[in-house]
Amino acid sequence: MTEFFKHLKYVLLDNPITLIAGIMFLVIVVVAVMGSAIAPYDPLASNAALTLKAPSWQHWFGTDQLGRDVFSRVLVATRLDLVIAVSAVAISFIVGSFFGSLAGFFGGWWDLIVGRMADTIMAFPLFVLAMGIVAALGNTVENIVYATAIINLPFYARVARTEVNIRRNAGFVSAARLSGNSEIRILITQIFPNILPPMMVQISLNMGWAILNAAGLSFIGLGVRPPDAEWGIMVAEGTNFIVSGEWWLALFPGAALMLSVFCFNLMGDGLRDLVDPQQRT
Amino acid sequence: MDRRNFLKTAGVAAGASVLPFLKYLPAEAAGRNDTLVVVTGNGPNSMDIHRKGTNRPSYQIAVNLYDRLVGYSTKTLENGSLMYDYTKLEPEVAESWAIAEDGKSITFKIRKGATFWDGAPITAHDVKWSFDRAVSLGGFPTVQMKAGSLVNTDQFVAVDDETFVIKLLKPSKLTLPDLGVPVPIIINSKLAKKHATEKDPWGTEYLHRTPAGSGAFMLDRWDPGQQTVYKRFDKWTNGKLPGILRVIIREIPSASTRRALLERGDADVSLDLPPKDFAELQGSDKFTISGVPIENSMIAIGLNLDFEPYKNKLVRQAVAHAIPYDQIFKQAAFERGIPMWGGKSAKPETIKWPQPFPYDTDYDKSKALLKEAGYENGFEVPLAFNLGLAQWSEPLCLLLQESLGKVGIKVTIDKIPGANWRTAALVEKKLPMHVKAFGGWLNYPDYYSFWVYQKGRLFNSMNYHNPEIEELTEATLHLEVDHPDYEPKIKRMLEIFFDEVPLIPIYQPYLDVAMQKKVTGYKYYAHRQLDCRLFDKSGSA
Amino acid sequence: MNTNSKLMIIIRRILHAVPSVIGIIIVTFVLTRALPGDPAVYFAGPAATAESIQEIREALGLDKAWPEQFWIYVSDLVVGNLGVSISTGFPVAEELARRLPASLELTLIALIFSISIAIPLGIAAATRPNSWVDQVCRLVVTAGVSLPVFFTGIFMIYIFYYILGIAPSPLGRLGIYFMSPPHVTGFYTIDALLVGDLEVFWAAFVQMIMPAITLGIFTLAPLARMTRASMIQVLSGDFIRTARASGLSRGTVLYKYAFQNALLPILTTLGMVFSFMLGSNVLVEKVFAWPGIGSFAIEALIVSDYVAVQGFVLAMAILYVILNLTIDIIYTLIDPRVGLDG
Repeated sequence: MTEFFKHLKYVLLDNPITLIAGIMFLVIVVVAVMGSAIAPYDPLASNAALTLKAPSWQHWFGTDQLGRDVFSRVLVATRLDLVIAVSAVAISFIVGSFFGSLAGFFGGWWDLIVGRMADTIMAFPLFVLAMGIVAALGNTVENIVYATAIINLPFYARVARTEVNIRRNAGFVSAARLSGNSEIRILITQIFPNILPPMMVQISLNMGWAILNAAGLSFIGLGVRPPDAEWGIMVAEGTNFIVSGEWWLALFPGAALMLSVFCFNLMGDGLRDLVDPQQRT
Repeated sequence: MDRRNFLKTAGVAAGASVLPFLKYLPAEAAGRNDTLVVVTGNGPNSMDIHRKGTNRPSYQIAVNLYDRLVGYSTKTLENGSLMYDYTKLEPEVAESWAIAEDGKSITFKIRKGATFWDGAPITAHDVKWSFDRAVSLGGFPTVQMKAGSLVNTDQFVAVDDETFVIKLLKPSKLTLPDLGVPVPIIINSKLAKKHATEKDPWGTEYLHRTPAGSGAFMLDRWDPGQQTVYKRFDKWTNGKLPGILRVIIREIPSASTRRALLERGDADVSLDLPPKDFAELQGSDKFTISGVPIENSMIAIGLNLDFEPYKNKLVRQAVAHAIPYDQIFKQAAFERGIPMWGGKSAKPETIKWPQPFPYDTDYDKSKALLKEAGYENGFEVPLAFNLGLAQWSEPLCLLLQESLGKVGIKVTIDKIPGANWRTAALVEKKLPMHVKAFGGWLNYPDYYSFWVYQKGRLFNSMNYHNPEIEELTEATLHLEVDHPDYEPKIKRMLEIFFDEVPLIPIYQPYLDVAMQKKVTGYKYYAHRQLDCRLFDKSGSA
Repeated sequence: MNTNSKLMIIIRRILHAVPSVIGIIIVTFVLTRALPGDPAVYFAGPAATAESIQEIREALGLDKAWPEQFWIYVSDLVVGNLGVSISTGFPVAEELARRLPASLELTLIALIFSISIAIPLGIAAATRPNSWVDQVCRLVVTAGVSLPVFFTGIFMIYIFYYILGIAPSPLGRLGIYFMSPPHVTGFYTIDALLVGDLEVFWAAFVQMIMPAITLGIFTLAPLARMTRASMIQVLSGDFIRTARASGLSRGTVLYKYAFQNALLPILTTLGMVFSFMLGSNVLVEKVFAWPGIGSFAIEALIVSDYVAVQGFVLAMAILYVILNLTIDIIYTLIDPRVGLDG
């Protein structure tokens, strides 16, 4: 374990950007967890007298068209966006790597079917597929999560398949076989933990993509329902106010969105360094 | 010299030497004042208003590229805006008309010398063919014709080339005005019949893409999804020749881009901006904002009587007292309309329509009514709105949600996209509470009642059924306004609307159009389309 | 021996694509049937009654059972009939043919822009790994991929068009006073050049600048990263060491030997990026009023025009399959290592 932490410390210090990304990630998680506890105003409370006020000392990020405090909404939206990202990626990861591992380990029919299904999903323009799923099922947070999960499945399936395939006949696996372990047991206990590292990178990158996806859906009107605060829908609504000069409605949630996605992407790089120095990109 | 001017002059120089390739429009100095640039959110999906599935923006083709027997004259409002006058019709293709003594028919004299774009004279036979087509193809056009009692093809007779007679099933105040709506266009029947087939006797395939009319403007080009360009028909004789030679209508889906284009001077006229933008541009001396209250139209909340709590009139009245009228009017509508709340008495004093309903924001009264109805602890209800109208609907719903929460009614908001809206709200009528924005083309309260309050009608999304309303509507629909029975019956009808409130109006919306200062001649019509014939850019430039 | 096995691989890859296409057809059908909204209601128009809606439903064949509808759908497909769009009234095939060049033209320009920045950045980063150049490169491209595309687009319009006035009006493919050149490829730039019309060429080109940059920023990251990774791998190879030791100039080593050998993975990424762009330009098209297939898809989806959505998704999916196949084939043909164990 100390080896791990020594390695972690080395990676973080060697690459200051990864350190910064790590800190940003912690901040995001803290804000998400604490949510409305730290928000100065009620994110849902409208106020007729204070609509569209520019940023000031009372309202750091200004107010929106219904008089709601933008800063509070941005803070509270952190949780919703993080939840969307984490759930979508988690489902994607679990289901995708499960089938991918089966395909990589057993080959044959498994490989064929999983491969074809992954190809079918990947053949669709991904965003349009997400749009189609949400349009068909209705725009609730659950459906957005499912749609995002589905379009990301193939990546995990592919990575899992490749990684499992490589290790299928490795030394330690053969040893486990000789010891009498069943194939399934080998897959779960021996191989799976070893493929986790390369998957972690993919997970981190995907989280950023999941948030952007939800934002894009909101822009078209298929995002979360009002009055929920979510960065994407705040940016989408805010773009209507840019030309008339109320730039703060779109800028702050957009900046929050960008910083989070930025953070996840950089973390992905950091995780890659942590996990497999040879593949550092 | 900025880049745009440079391109124009360079283009003219080059263009003069490659004349046949008219790759751009003449950009000489005068050119710009003869061309009107309009930006809108959605464009036409067909050149044929009679076709099934034709969308609203296609109506502008019927308005500008085709003529009708009669047109609406113009009246000027106090704020200087021009508006159509449906009580005074003016000649268009018909240069005169007369109602028979027995009131059972109207005879129209077709204008001598009027021709279609291809030079063929307009005859009564063309009119009959076109009217037959309108009532035969079905769908919305047929229903609209029916509103004016124009139902069967044997009602239309072409006595000779210059005389056209409409036989009336019953005398109705709605027949003549119905001839001015976009639907009864006059099509070049000879040209259309050339392209008709056995399977397609009305030439729908051809007319879908190519208009064959006599209107003041002809189609220069149509790039579906991008732009529509009209050019003036110089031989138009059915009215005063337009001052504009060319109209370019560009489809720009993003509202903020439309506003930017207008403000930077790249567009002359902009439609479909959010009410906030219109309110802001109002004070500017660079733009004219024409805000005309849309007739026979109200933004209202519909309460579905299939939903248990709303079966009780007291609950509906309670909701009517818990609506934050003022806040909605200011924050969602930016005061682009006329308030429809705060009426003084439960009995209407006039038959003016729309008029304010006798309700105010009064949470105590609301809570008392709920208690009396047995809903002291409130209830839960979903509130739905049409995603296509989100610009003002969404803030309206959010404010309503907050306000109803104060009397214990917990509201969840449903955003319903376009096509699904019609099905859920109007066909299946299954939305417990929803935003209504119906506007009737013919401006009478009985017409509104016909579409919205009568049982089973498409726009009766509240599942409202009242035998007395049925009777009153039937009685008044075709009655003349100055008939002695009309006023008392209408007053009774309005009294019932006030009391029963299955529909709670909030405000009568404006139709806003933003124009550069030098553009004059905008005229408001019930069909809300731009009539390009009156526009002028040369005047106060 | 070699060519034979390569041919076999190519044929096998083409056959592999067939089940995907079948899967796509089925999924498209099911998905569009699941869309909310009743096309019959849309068609019947305002003021329709329950009877007229039912009439139209029968005319459209929507009252038939799903398997029967599927059979009709497939038999139409086989003869290339993608149906008639409900919302636009035009055959879907015609709409796609009209709009695809618009999207392709934009995507290609965006790609060229992206490549011209990403590859030099990637090479620069590869030659100085872990230096500040490397870090800056990493930050810049990651920032690009972290912004929602519609956000970038609208801010660009706001700053460059509305405030500074240096960008052309975001009106679509051509400014107000320009008419499109005679149709040959559908690419306004190429068609204008074909008739020697420089004004229209320039007018079409400037309209593409802002949307192309918006699209291109988003794809800097994968391209730059792959270039960097691939170059690093190649630069550490023995043959490079030999080339350096032989005294060849830095430039020659870098471009003649290293880069050319690093090209293969870059090409694959290019293909991926291109297909990704083609699908994700939906949002850019909405912001810039670009009449491409992306905006067609959104409009169709919002009004539940199932015929148009079906046609669009199917066409895009098949395009992808062809694209990926082409890349696979090029890869197979170029890469000397493939096919040796065949």
